[in-house]
Amino acid sequence: MKQFLKYLEKDAHLSAEELALMCEKEVGDVKRLIDEYEKSGIILGYTTVIDWDKTDSEYVGALIELKVTPKMGSGYDEIAEHIYNYPEVESVYLMSGGFDLAVTLRGKTMREVAVFVAQKLATLDAVTSTATHFILRRYKDHNVIFGSAPTDERGNIL
Amino acid sequence: MSISYEKVLSRRACDIKPSGIRKFFDMLDEMKDVVALTVGQPDFQTPWHIREAGISALEKGRTYYTSNAGTMELREEISRYLSRRFGLSYAAKDEILVTVGGSEAIDLVIRALVNEGDEVILPTPSFVCYAPIVHLTGGVTVEIPLKEENNFRLTADELRAAITEKTKLLILPFPGNPTGAIMEKADLEAIADVVRDTDIMVLTDEIYAELTYGKRHVSFASLPDMRERTVVVNGFSKAYAMTGWRMGFTAAPAPITHEMFKIHQFAIMCAPTTSQFAAVEALRNGDEDIEEMKAEYNRRRTHLVARLRKMGIRCFTPEGAFYVFPNISGFGLTSEEFCEKLLMEYGVAIVPGTAFGECGEGFARISYAYSMKHIDEALDRIEKMMQDLKK
Repeated sequence: MKQFLKYLEKDAHLSAEELALMCEKEVGDVKRLIDEYEKSGIILGYTTVIDWDKTDSEYVGALIELKVTPKMGSGYDEIAEHIYNYPEVESVYLMSGGFDLAVTLRGKTMREVAVFVAQKLATLDAVTSTATHFILRRYKDHNVIFGSAPTDERGNIL
Repeated sequence: MSISYEKVLSRRACDIKPSGIRKFFDMLDEMKDVVALTVGQPDFQTPWHIREAGISALEKGRTYYTSNAGTMELREEISRYLSRRFGLSYAAKDEILVTVGGSEAIDLVIRALVNEGDEVILPTPSFVCYAPIVHLTGGVTVEIPLKEENNFRLTADELRAAITEKTKLLILPFPGNPTGAIMEKADLEAIADVVRDTDIMVLTDEIYAELTYGKRHVSFASLPDMRERTVVVNGFSKAYAMTGWRMGFTAAPAPITHEMFKIHQFAIMCAPTTSQFAAVEALRNGDEDIEEMKAEYNRRRTHLVARLRKMGIRCFTPEGAFYVFPNISGFGLTSEEFCEKLLMEYGVAIVPGTAFGECGEGFARISYAYSMKHIDEALDRIEKMMQDLKK
């Protein structure tokens, strides 16, 4: 089961037939498992990895470290939920170490990101400090290496 | 006075015919926009942790020769690997030899066993290196043409018919390049019964042993009584995507290893040191890499065979290596004509079966050591040719 999910995580395009083959299982079993995992929330969604740098759309990505005061009863969950509901926010993680929440988000310009942090995040009562890091370049994301595919340099050996 | 080269060059070297496929590959190299399915090596890069071990060996200045047979650390890992994966038992000390790829291993086995006039039985179509090496030793290659209706497996009857009193060595190249055929345990047992009470030695070239689909590879040496007459050739190229590292090995009883060792010692000295350190890492932590690559090959294999059949090309189900070997005889073209037409008019390169022996006529080798997208692009073009041929 673990292997099956690993293949699917790498390539969401794989059909049930292909997965069955790769894991040496029956197609029917694989279809049933996918269905089960989708229903139980083990499989949450399927995404496409896009290198926006190669398109003409302007964007800027940022990682923001937040220190927050947890709430009695709900801990960090309530503030996390508040933050992840903003559509600009791509991911929210609760972290160990020097800060509490790591938030990644995307805006059209640096100014837009700055305004979002200053007006939406920093003003939340629970947030005690923010540190904004702009992402200069993505090298690898979702297991995919960015940049052009290497050329096939293999020699023609029988 | 200028030298007359016909007089000075070794007669046996001159006898070797240049590989016929070279012309085809040269043609291919000059063409643009060709989708090639010709390469006989993995498209995966060597897993990073293995490359890292090689880099680390260089950083630490491990740039010396190792002992001739290979580092003891590596030979011990190979011994454990053979036991773990194939149930074989070989002593690191005097039964395992680390070589420069499977190729050197094949060369050593043939040179250590074959005398002038000895016959070497070779099932074909198969990899191109055996017969020239046999020729260099003064041996004679006796081919057994494998049959499509037997799924390109060697049968006991075929073997029996090829044996004479001069037979010294049987080569078992399974899983096979170019056919993708495998030999299952029962097939091997039938072969073992034929050689059991003879002095015939066996070279089992198991370089594709890790790449079998749905069935585990059985080593000929694991069969009762066969170990004493068998030399196992294997290596890292295909299983761990390490072709360029040139890492192979032999496993054989000590008296045979001893003779191979001498040839290796004087001709090669030792296998590349950096590669030996990388190979240790591969054996210690690479089992999972094999499984992942194999799963991807399997996906491509099934897809490729299914699409070929759908477009009306007969194709037996290959169960090993990373090749399919379709029958292309029904289109009024020889293998070479078929492949040349496909290349010149449709921009797809595959290898005519005759590159692997005359009995490869009527077939072509398609490698699936390429991304699925690449394979599909080639298949689209092949489909176009099929449609045009049917018109």
